[in-house]
Amino acid sequence: MSTWRGFCMTARTAQGFHVYSKCIYKHTQLCTLGFRKINTGRPVQSDFFKDLENQFKAFREKASEAMPGSDWTPFEINRSLPPERADIVIVGGGVIGWSIAYWLKQKERIREGVRVLVVERDPTYAQASTVLSAGGIRQQFSLPENIYLSLASADFLRNINEHLSVLNEEPVDLQFNHSGYLLLANENVAHIMEENHKTQRYAGAKVALLSPTQLKEKFPWINTDGVVLASHGLENEGWFDPWTLLNAFRRKAISMGVYQCFGEVTGFRYTTNPMTNTDGDKVEFQRIKYVNVQMPNSLEYQPVECAIVVNAAGANSGKVAEMVGIGLGPKDSMASVSLPVEPRKRFIYVVHCPDGPGLDTPFIIDYSGMYIRREGLGGNYITGMSPEEGEEPDTNNLEVDQEFFQDKIWPHLAKRVPAFECLKVKSAWAGFYDYNTFDQNAIVGIHPLVNNMFLATGFSGHGLQHSPAVGRAIAELILDGGFRTLDLSALGFQRIIKQEPVLERNIV
Amino acid sequence: MASSLTLMRRSCRFVSIFATTSRQSSSKTLAPPSLQTGLLLFLSQRFHDVETVLSWIPWLKNRVVRQKNVFYGYTQKNFGDNIATAFYVLSLKGGFRFAGQSEWFRSDKRGKFNWDFMNHRDSPVEEVDVSNTLINYTGLDNLVKQKCLRTLSLSGCTQVDDWFLSRLHVFQDTLEELDISHCPQITEGGLAALKNLRVLRRLDVSQLPRIQNPGLVVILLEEMLPQCQVTAAGFDHCLMDRHTQSDSQAQAP
Repeated sequence: MSTWRGFCMTARTAQGFHVYSKCIYKHTQLCTLGFRKINTGRPVQSDFFKDLENQFKAFREKASEAMPGSDWTPFEINRSLPPERADIVIVGGGVIGWSIAYWLKQKERIREGVRVLVVERDPTYAQASTVLSAGGIRQQFSLPENIYLSLASADFLRNINEHLSVLNEEPVDLQFNHSGYLLLANENVAHIMEENHKTQRYAGAKVALLSPTQLKEKFPWINTDGVVLASHGLENEGWFDPWTLLNAFRRKAISMGVYQCFGEVTGFRYTTNPMTNTDGDKVEFQRIKYVNVQMPNSLEYQPVECAIVVNAAGANSGKVAEMVGIGLGPKDSMASVSLPVEPRKRFIYVVHCPDGPGLDTPFIIDYSGMYIRREGLGGNYITGMSPEEGEEPDTNNLEVDQEFFQDKIWPHLAKRVPAFECLKVKSAWAGFYDYNTFDQNAIVGIHPLVNNMFLATGFSGHGLQHSPAVGRAIAELILDGGFRTLDLSALGFQRIIKQEPVLERNIV
Repeated sequence: MASSLTLMRRSCRFVSIFATTSRQSSSKTLAPPSLQTGLLLFLSQRFHDVETVLSWIPWLKNRVVRQKNVFYGYTQKNFGDNIATAFYVLSLKGGFRFAGQSEWFRSDKRGKFNWDFMNHRDSPVEEVDVSNTLINYTGLDNLVKQKCLRTLSLSGCTQVDDWFLSRLHVFQDTLEELDISHCPQITEGGLAALKNLRVLRRLDVSQLPRIQNPGLVVILLEEMLPQCQVTAAGFDHCLMDRHTQSDSQAQAP
């Protein structure tokens, strides 16, 4: 406003004394008039009619909305509430949850054959394990199930645009890095590596064993002290962008008609049927009828009536299972066996080292447990390590312990690759593992006592790389009644009841 | 109730698709879709039938690629690996040379070729030129049995991607020359897999449009494959541009 006035003033002074004062008066009048029209608005009377017109218009719109056939109701409804009824509720919208949702829709026989709802607590995925992971995929496991899961997932990722392309959207670009994994073994674990290699070759994974000399020849920048044997994945191994995969699954599933809801599962309404088994013991079977979904930042909740619940809540799946009473039964009964999944915090550090190894850096896993991989081409690397069993960090927050890098990781890192002796930690983050405290392997299958809860959890850090295949397996279990392509019955909950751990004989 | 629900879902979908399209166009400043695309888009949102038919299009487009790259199991069973490879390469309108021979077998523009190669059952294939063909990852099944393959030219192959490169490790002891210029799908992630090719002497990576920083990548490639002569023509002006850009970026912070 002041500038405008200033402009008028300069105009007036510029006209100066040569012009009639009347003319100057007229000019300023014009200016002020124009100014008024812009800022102070219209006269009050015409405003009234305009408002009335608008109100009529709004009323007409509302009336047309209330006509039969429209979805208008006189009650105010929260649009973000989940639907009242769904066939399958998937608890947890991480990569596993969305993968299951996608495969369920993929396998349905008719359109809208199953109503699938995915409930995710955090719309920003700020604490989701999926996006905070290092994003690797490898076949170098000892358990055939894990190897097959990885192979199937790699196959899926290769053809990702045949599976997850959406009409009128751009194709998915995973930014897959085919650098492979390099596992290093010392003399204590070399024989395990050799056995694992046999299993992997038998399962069809392309993995090569390297002696220290061959290793030095292939990667001259590695210090081979203490290394007796190394195994390098040649194909289908590397790392990719987890967020892209999660989003691709989500985009495709939503386009196929999966319902998405941001809210927290706070409880279940379930029925209990007591039965007596052949030994005369009483066994209580639960069946979930409703899932209570609470809206974020409010007390409002919606019970969702459902037939099947899939527990894919990752690190929090132990808590979700407890809500149905899993693990809360009397001692020495089946009901006392809880889901042994708990969150474990793991740190990932981004380090900058301009003299570090280049394009050929594989995903190195040292026998000490330290891992490192390249991140981009600018001399950045990400590294991490699992802490010792007794020194687990506090899992209440996602704060990073900077000391951990200095004390635990760096010595191993600098010893293995001498170029990392001088480096700079650029940033770091922490994420949760859905750690299976029983045997560090996935729990996939139906719970024997809650006979409509399926479990897909406890991956202990391999969830992202196994997600496409696990999603398919769970969808087969639900819709076909059994595993069709990959038999994962060894990874069922039964092994926990029988106390028969299926351990990964890995060197790390 | 059901009808109202479907209507609601339809309308939600309608809105969401519109939202996404508008976002895309705003981010990339694409031209508005042509009348035909716009009409198809509208119809696909309106009718499930149209949507389904449209979703078949990529599958139909890929049909030729799939047919070209089937596994030549029958030929392999009856005539051996070498003939299967030869037949596959010729069917792709490519060319090859048997070990110990100087003449190349090639198919002409119409895909016609000389059947004399059938007489060389026992000679392994040494050089393969499948440039500007539809070879892809599955088609590689027909080549992996060749233990003497020394030269492979994949110039201008639209279906060759990073997964293809990662599978070239089967030739790690023999492959000496590789030409992957003008392949539109190759990125840095696939080039890293060339580390496995131990005896590679010559590599042509000219004109790869999806490589972000060609100058840097070529340097890294040369560092990764010290024995190998890396050719990267066609990036010239691009190289300079990228260099100055990355330099200025490096200096900025």
